[in-house]
Amino acid sequence: MKHLMSGNEAIARGAYEAGVTVGAGYPGTPSTEILERLAKYGPEVYCEWSPNEKVAFEVAAGASLAGARSIVTMKHVGLNVAADPLMTLSYITVEGGFVACVADDPGMHSSQNEQDTRNYARFAKVPLFEPSDSQEASDFLKLAMEISEKYRTPAILRSTTRVSHSRSLVGWGERAVPPKVGLVKNPSRFVPIPVWGRPMRQRLEERLALLKKEAEASPANRLEWGDRKLGIITASIAYQYVREVWPEASILKLGFSYPFPDGLIREFASGVERILVVEELDSILEEHVRSLGIPVAGREFVPGIGELSTDRLQASRARFEGREPVMDEPMPYARDLPPRPPVLCPGCPHRGVFYALGKHDVVVTGDIGCYSLGAFKPLDRMDSILCMGAGVSMAHGLEKAGEPRRVVGVVGDSTFFHSGITGLVDIAYNRGQSTIIVLDNRTTAMTGHQDHPGTGKTLSGEKTRALSIEEIGRACGIERVLTVDPYDIEETSLAIAGEIEARAPSLIVSRAPCPLRERRRVGGLRQINQEECKGCKLCLKLACPAIELQDDFPEINPLFCAGCGVCQQVCPAGAISEEARK
Amino acid sequence: MSESIRSVVLVGVGGQGILLASEVLARAAMISGYEVKTNEVHGMAQRGGSVVAQVRYGPRVYSPLVARKTAQVLGALEQIEALRFADYLAPDGLAVVNAQAIVPVTVSMGAARYPQDVESRLKAAFPRMAYLRAAEVARSLGSIQAANIVLLGAVSRGLDLPSDAWQEAIRASVKEKFRDLNLKAFETGRCLV
Repeated sequence: MKHLMSGNEAIARGAYEAGVTVGAGYPGTPSTEILERLAKYGPEVYCEWSPNEKVAFEVAAGASLAGARSIVTMKHVGLNVAADPLMTLSYITVEGGFVACVADDPGMHSSQNEQDTRNYARFAKVPLFEPSDSQEASDFLKLAMEISEKYRTPAILRSTTRVSHSRSLVGWGERAVPPKVGLVKNPSRFVPIPVWGRPMRQRLEERLALLKKEAEASPANRLEWGDRKLGIITASIAYQYVREVWPEASILKLGFSYPFPDGLIREFASGVERILVVEELDSILEEHVRSLGIPVAGREFVPGIGELSTDRLQASRARFEGREPVMDEPMPYARDLPPRPPVLCPGCPHRGVFYALGKHDVVVTGDIGCYSLGAFKPLDRMDSILCMGAGVSMAHGLEKAGEPRRVVGVVGDSTFFHSGITGLVDIAYNRGQSTIIVLDNRTTAMTGHQDHPGTGKTLSGEKTRALSIEEIGRACGIERVLTVDPYDIEETSLAIAGEIEARAPSLIVSRAPCPLRERRRVGGLRQINQEECKGCKLCLKLACPAIELQDDFPEINPLFCAGCGVCQQVCPAGAISEEARK
Repeated sequence: MSESIRSVVLVGVGGQGILLASEVLARAAMISGYEVKTNEVHGMAQRGGSVVAQVRYGPRVYSPLVARKTAQVLGALEQIEALRFADYLAPDGLAVVNAQAIVPVTVSMGAARYPQDVESRLKAAFPRMAYLRAAEVARSLGSIQAANIVLLGAVSRGLDLPSDAWQEAIRASVKEKFRDLNLKAFETGRCLV
């Protein structure tokens, strides 16, 4: 019996079957469900949300040094945070199998960039596995674990949005017996001070040569002979599209794709007349095949920006064959449809903070999370986003550069624990004066409500100490720390006014739980008295999905209203009130 | 592309239950002995934005994505989302559209207009269309939350999966206390086409 599983669930299944006993990670779309699923396998597998990807990576690395099989999970940009331990774990080597499961997001469905994790495999000189469906996600995790342990190297399993979030059938196997745990002391192996590090550097190259041989013979790399006129080299989800767009072609499908299996590539090249490389994002395979002296077509026909699809590859095929791609006529019935961008939910506590910030002439450096949506009109109250934690540190940089306006940094609660704290330390240490607002909605909301160090619960649901953002702020040396209720716009705005006036750094914690997670209304339903409404549309500036414009006058849709009452405070005519309870 | 592959696209707005509907459909296809692939989008797009789920089944399925103009059925829980994703549907495909308008924030802000001629656009866009009031039907059965399964019942008429596979899939996908409601919602939807 097979099971319908997403790629992420299948990676977790593979980890369970491989005898993994430790999993760590930080939530990030499209990777989040891997660890959530692994945690459900119960006490046999210890799983944790770590504060950030670097910590998670090191937790899993520590487990591996003790001999346990471990995985670490993250999205592509998370590997930037964890790049430091990755680059040297490949030197000090692992004991128990270690696989970093990293999910890329071609097309930027839910990410700030489109970087290609395959570069990291080459950069860190570690083996790379690329599943193209859920069965392979499970199989390749197990294979990666086996190779990792055999060669004592960390391995990377690279998924993409369409692999992670597509479901397909997976056969289940038995769980392997986990290895015995106990660190065997060996400093010349685990301590890369220069005298021991230099030989490690040598061994790294020797290991890479052995891994290349392993990739050549791996069942994860396979030749599918068809018509010999065209051979396509492909990997990951692109393979599935290629099978539909070029059903007749010969295919070299790579699953264990780094180190490159050169012998296999040469064998394939000598068996076909022309070669086309079809890969998403960077031209890594294409450039390598060309470096072997093999003429190859690729990026001139296959887009390297955005994700691929059967539709896009149909156009690639047309261009490759010298035909004009068939351009779809835009549907006349779909003309001028109003866009439906993501918005802050009804009752979202962030809305009040952004509205209050709108009353002040300040620069706002933002961060990554649901509150990124505060950058959109009409709230329009975020001036920059760079990466996790930058909302705090960039505020300090703007201020030190002499930005004439006051600077406010905005960061979420989970993001604060991820990498906001060090920025706060910097502000206190280097005599900054920025105002930092932590939007504390008591959860990691954007990725689907994961717990974090401030929530008092672990990934496995155990109660734990809830770390206080206010106490951390004070411990970091911030003397002005206050807490506000974001549903009270006046209180929030006054707090902001007071702190941007003060010539000292400050931390404002805006605290209200995410109503989407709580699954209940904040307060009673609000309604607009149409006789008192002047039609000024100020309430529409809140971008609340519950407030709809009907014939030039706003109305509140009772199906969506979460009863937060922010609109009531904004209405200058006093036309909005709480509905009498029925 | 193989003629024997069935492709379905389900669209709506975040929170309407598109993902559960696609899960039930995928299960029903799996129970019927087909290979199944589905795709859905998570993360930022779910915050009140357009949501698309795709399901493909057949003896052998490669891509989880539906190519344009190849879906046998397009199911929409919101009417302008049906128009937005209309070009997934094959020229002879069946469109099942819930007659419900959910106003996007771009409209309530006054930056865009909700089209006034939705029904005539739908009729022109979809020669084979079932236009139904899934939300009202679901409410009359006990909960507006079951509108997605009412819609799925109507969608099932455009597919060739046996009735007991659907029922088994619903039982496996929803919590026990909602089982009867959803089975009823499905049967009611199935009778609307």
